[in-house]
Amino acid sequence: MATATLAATRPIAGGRRSDIRSIVFAGILWACLATACIFLFFVLAVIVDKGIDRFDANLVSKPPSTIRPATAGVEPAIYGTLWVIGMTALIALPLGLAAAIYLEEYANPRRWYNRLIELNVQNLAAVPAIIYGILTLAFVVRGPISIGAVALAGAIALALLILPVIIITTREALRAVPAEIRAGSLALGATRWQTTWKQVLPSAVPGIATGSILALSRAIGEAAPLILVGATTFITFLPNGPMSRYTVLPVQIYNLVPQDRDAFRHLAYAAILLLIIILLAMNALAIWLRNRYQRRW
Amino acid sequence: MSRVPVERAFVTTPQPEQGSRERIQDAPGMHIDVARSSAAPTFAAESIMTLQDLSVYYGDFLAVHDVDLHVGDREITALIGPSGCGKSTVLRCLNRMNDLIVGARVEGSVTYHGVDIYGPDVDVIEVRRRIGMVFQKPNPFPKSIYDNIAYGPKVTGMKVARMAETVEHALRSAALWDEVKDKLKQNAYGLSGGQQQRLCIARAIATQPDVILMDEPCSSLDPIATAKIEDLMHSLADEFTIIIVTHNMQQAARVSQRTAFFTAEADEKGNRVGKLIEVDETRKIFSNPAKKATEDYISGRFG
Amino acid sequence: MARATVAAGSPGSGQGNQSTIAAQLTAHRRRVGERIIETVLFGSAALSVLVTVGIVVSLLAPLGTFFSHVNPFHFLFGTEWTAAFGNKASWDDKKWGVLPLVVATFITTALALLVACPVGLGTAMFLSEYSSPRLRRVLKPMLEVLAGVPTVVYGFIALTAVTPLLKPVFGITGLYNMLAPGIVMGFMIVPTIASLSEDAMSAVPSALRQGSYALGANRMKTTLRVVFPAALSGIMAAVVLGISRAVGETMIMAVAVGNLAQLTFDPRQPAQTMTAFIAQIASGDAPVGSPVYYSLFAVGALLFVITLVMNLTSIRLVRKFRQAY
Repeated sequence: MATATLAATRPIAGGRRSDIRSIVFAGILWACLATACIFLFFVLAVIVDKGIDRFDANLVSKPPSTIRPATAGVEPAIYGTLWVIGMTALIALPLGLAAAIYLEEYANPRRWYNRLIELNVQNLAAVPAIIYGILTLAFVVRGPISIGAVALAGAIALALLILPVIIITTREALRAVPAEIRAGSLALGATRWQTTWKQVLPSAVPGIATGSILALSRAIGEAAPLILVGATTFITFLPNGPMSRYTVLPVQIYNLVPQDRDAFRHLAYAAILLLIIILLAMNALAIWLRNRYQRRW
Repeated sequence: MSRVPVERAFVTTPQPEQGSRERIQDAPGMHIDVARSSAAPTFAAESIMTLQDLSVYYGDFLAVHDVDLHVGDREITALIGPSGCGKSTVLRCLNRMNDLIVGARVEGSVTYHGVDIYGPDVDVIEVRRRIGMVFQKPNPFPKSIYDNIAYGPKVTGMKVARMAETVEHALRSAALWDEVKDKLKQNAYGLSGGQQQRLCIARAIATQPDVILMDEPCSSLDPIATAKIEDLMHSLADEFTIIIVTHNMQQAARVSQRTAFFTAEADEKGNRVGKLIEVDETRKIFSNPAKKATEDYISGRFG
Repeated sequence: MARATVAAGSPGSGQGNQSTIAAQLTAHRRRVGERIIETVLFGSAALSVLVTVGIVVSLLAPLGTFFSHVNPFHFLFGTEWTAAFGNKASWDDKKWGVLPLVVATFITTALALLVACPVGLGTAMFLSEYSSPRLRRVLKPMLEVLAGVPTVVYGFIALTAVTPLLKPVFGITGLYNMLAPGIVMGFMIVPTIASLSEDAMSAVPSALRQGSYALGANRMKTTLRVVFPAALSGIMAAVVLGISRAVGETMIMAVAVGNLAQLTFDPRQPAQTMTAFIAQIASGDAPVGSPVYYSLFAVGALLFVITLVMNLTSIRLVRKFRQAY
């Protein structure tokens, strides 16, 4: 009885000291989170603040100009981005989908070559973007294919860059379709391809679309590989085809950096604002797709 | 729902092991026709599938070994036994669904209409069209009821003059037509569990197989849905050969004409390997089994 | 129940003709289509191997020429790098010691980790152990946005917004330095570290947590003493992946660090990372076949090797923690 009373008056192990430490710890975690949030808001605030003045019609309808920076725009870069990303999607999406289907539906994981392919894809997903630029420079811009510093070369560089990401996210979308569906289809006498095409893919489309949009939005923001393959520094004409010389928004922004005058800084920030808005819109679209159409099995 | 009792002309029982004769003879109330149990197996023309020396390996692990079994045409054959003794494994071999498991390997033969379906030139897709399967948990496609049924005929390239009639016929055969005829375009996931399973049966029927494999089809259903499906099986047996794996001995006794009893035995290394102990007419298995192991299982002494 | 009328010998007509059935079971002309499809799909997957081979070849081939002019030992351990200067056609008037670039990469990566590890791990712990589902729904997209900002934008911000802020605090003299870009890059890789670490911590079975709580430990103790050690290999994988991203990052470095290849350990000084050097040469007018052109590939090869080692380590660590649970 005496011990019971004693226990009741003493706090449970740790006491006040551990209370304070817990609170401090939780506080530290909150602070970490807050730091990340504050940084993000800082970045967005700076962009909006410095970019909003030049966020006007001229931005999207005029070429860049050293003579009249106050009314210059980035129209060529916008066209270039559209051309390059369009071609990137055309190249990377079918290839990535085909590779993912093979790895997920056809490949026997015990075979060494299939394991090698898997490891390879995982590694490629983490290779620095600039290496893809070097690769494309060596084989496509120069080397055996030698098409020069044209938009198609840029599209190939970006397609190779996002291909592993598309493969990985598409595989996850395919994996989410339950095995019973495949078993039911195969047991009826459908072939592997019929099962994939008529049952698995239709159910996996939302996940595939989300992953693809996110991968493309990453490609839109890339500059390093395109610098390597010769996205030009300063063009005033509008890129008009796969074999045209070109620039894209991120590279255009990069080229505005050395220009020290205020007007160029503001132009650069306006271009950045435009780029961010495009990216946020794409991300929002991807997330909306995921929430709206994702099937809960 | 008439069933004409037909004298099945063949009996197959594995040869009794050494020393077992005395044990069974000694058991009280057991009467064994010794001559019959040691007779060589004889086959009748009605045998539609034959398993011979069938052994299944998953990698190096032997799951079930040396199964000899005849499946009679338009009979219901039940595979019973405790968990882990290879019944489902054997069932999956009959339409080569076991091929889908990585590392699965089969020795011996499975003969269907005289053709070894594991033969080198066999088209496994056609095998699966002819030998349908219903799974333990109903697995309808996330499509409409109509599309679920029409899927099989479409992908197997069957020439159907009017798909709607095929769909209706399949649903009628599965005793589901009246319940869904007004909502064929609705998603199959809206049906109850029992209805979904009958939908899966109708789906399997639509490809015009002659054998239907059922892997514990009622184990996830309530008793009323189970009863409906058991009734359905009796009517299906007029047209189709049915092989059903079941944990429920009473179900096996109710629906099947022949029953095969499997169990798992420890081998030299202590691994449990599945084995076919006895196969015979159902009423004989349940009243007068030849093997003690069967008798123990039936009477509830284990498993 | 009458069987639907079908032609004799066709499927479903009962026993039918044994040899007809045998013929049907072996006829498979149309499976050729399946084979073709599978081959095409395999080709697409095997393309990825081709890409890796291409990367290796594109980096290795010029190395032969490069190392025929430059001593590899001098390359790896020399302390002066003047590749971008002097006569464009000459090998001998330049210094080819890559250490300034490597040290700059190391310093910026270290600065980035100084920011990313605490912030990233703290965020991961918060998301995994402390936050409510509603909060997570807000926070995770925020992390995705942080990861989605183009790196050239981060570089710009580092140069024009962060450096001015840090100037008075740290006594930075010029416009270019390693401190501001390092810190900004740290925030850039926070989502990488946070999401992979959070995956690892969420994968720890709740039974372990319950056990800890049942013994009377509070949330802090459970998180630090139970969850964190259990998820350790996944967290290490996250950090290694973060390092790999930091080492390979180009645009922030190219914009804000300056392009002065000098060997310095002072983050307030300008410098040049490996990646920034590659970007500088590529956007300049180096003629094909000139010495500096070859040096681009040499530095690229070094970069690839470093990140390859990191990536393989990270992949192996991820496999370890995925296997454990």
